Amino acid sequence: MFTTPFDYRNAHSVQDVIEWLQEDPDNTKILAGGHSLLPLMKLRLSTVSHLIDIGQIPELQGIVLSDNELRIGAFTRYVQLVRDPSVALAAPLVAEAARVIGDLQVRNRGTIGGSLCHADPAADLPAALLALGAELEIAGPAGKRREDIDSFFLAPFITTLAPGEVLTAIRIPRIAQGARSIYLKRPHLASGYPIIGVAAWVVLRDAQVDSCRIAITGIGSVPFRAFSAEQMLVGQTFTRDVILRAAEQVASDQSFDDDDDGYKANLCRVYVTRALAALGNQG
Amino acid sequence: MSVTMTVNGTTITRSVEPRTLLVHFLRDEAGLTGTHVGCDTSQCGACTVLLNGDAVKSCTVLAVQANGAEVVTIEGLEQEVLHPVQQGFWEKHGLQCGFCTPGAMLTASYLLSTNPHPSETDIRDALDGLLCRCTGYETIVRSVQRAQEIMDERQTEERETKIG
Repeated sequence: MFTTPFDYRNAHSVQDVIEWLQEDPDNTKILAGGHSLLPLMKLRLSTVSHLIDIGQIPELQGIVLSDNELRIGAFTRYVQLVRDPSVALAAPLVAEAARVIGDLQVRNRGTIGGSLCHADPAADLPAALLALGAELEIAGPAGKRREDIDSFFLAPFITTLAPGEVLTAIRIPRIAQGARSIYLKRPHLASGYPIIGVAAWVVLRDAQVDSCRIAITGIGSVPFRAFSAEQMLVGQTFTRDVILRAAEQVASDQSFDDDDDGYKANLCRVYVTRALAALGNQG
Repeated sequence: MSVTMTVNGTTITRSVEPRTLLVHFLRDEAGLTGTHVGCDTSQCGACTVLLNGDAVKSCTVLAVQANGAEVVTIEGLEQEVLHPVQQGFWEKHGLQCGFCTPGAMLTASYLLSTNPHPSETDIRDALDGLLCRCTGYETIVRSVQRAQEIMDERQTEERETKIG
């Protein structure tokens, strides 16, 4: 299968990308790993006149660990997230989620920034990044800005990125000392995408929840945080009853599309329960 | 657009449309038809090649993205003697119809280059992106295990030859 014809430019700086994006913003796409965009273009679900390749921009690459945060360049491939020791140390949830994306060949090409900007509601990484409170570095014609990932996803395949803007890096606060974390996914048997993916971490002090976060992907129209369940858990003893109540809270807070039979709500309840129970059994 | 890449050690330059996929560049421009187009939707892995040493699905990479890169296809795996992966597939009957075999072998060689002693689980995980419609998965797994043994055997031989 072939895509429709397009012209291709290889950017060497973020400034190139911003300038070129402005020339014809409606018909221009950024090409990162290409493992979501190229299949869509081949199926002609997406027609693009101009592709800007960002694969050779040094400032979009690399993983840097500082005292309080991990900075991951937007053009960092999944395989690097899986292998990098500083990701394993500071944000193990990211490595755990990246490890179960697609297959080995896909992980050799796909990028963290591509996943976020494509904003597939069934992408794995957004759950991990929501749970870790990531902040996005974005560059555009008006300069640089930062955005909390909580507000980034607007609808399936739609983010707050304005025309001419490009995601340059993802900043992740180091996970709390002693935190237990998990990414639990039920993959669709054919596609490998999560039907549901639950990212969660918890810090326990004397069996009580000191702090925690839960984020879910795959099952809603956008990946989401389970704010009220998180609040409910803090201060509680981390018992099976408390976990069941938290899971119930997550499922009942959401109204899922096309869920007359309650399948999605039930799946949500079951997977949040399993994820939290697994955290209880860790350590 | 002019695209230059090194395929199995030979540098090749061609002028192609930007929408040319790497798999078509290899088959139609380089004349190497060992790389197969299976599903053409990045599911089946038959088109897997090594791009700068990494296993990738060449139906989902543009030829222009591989500009300046080193590519290894199934034709480039053998060096004087069969590659351990080829030998392993031969001995353990790792192929039936052979359609997925180029992708299976390059995926296996990538696995062994990054993890010389994979467990059976590691092998099965690595082959997750490969569909064999003959369903010959068990013998493929055994072939990769045998390939790993052959690699070890050859290394030992090499060492002994040097000492001797």
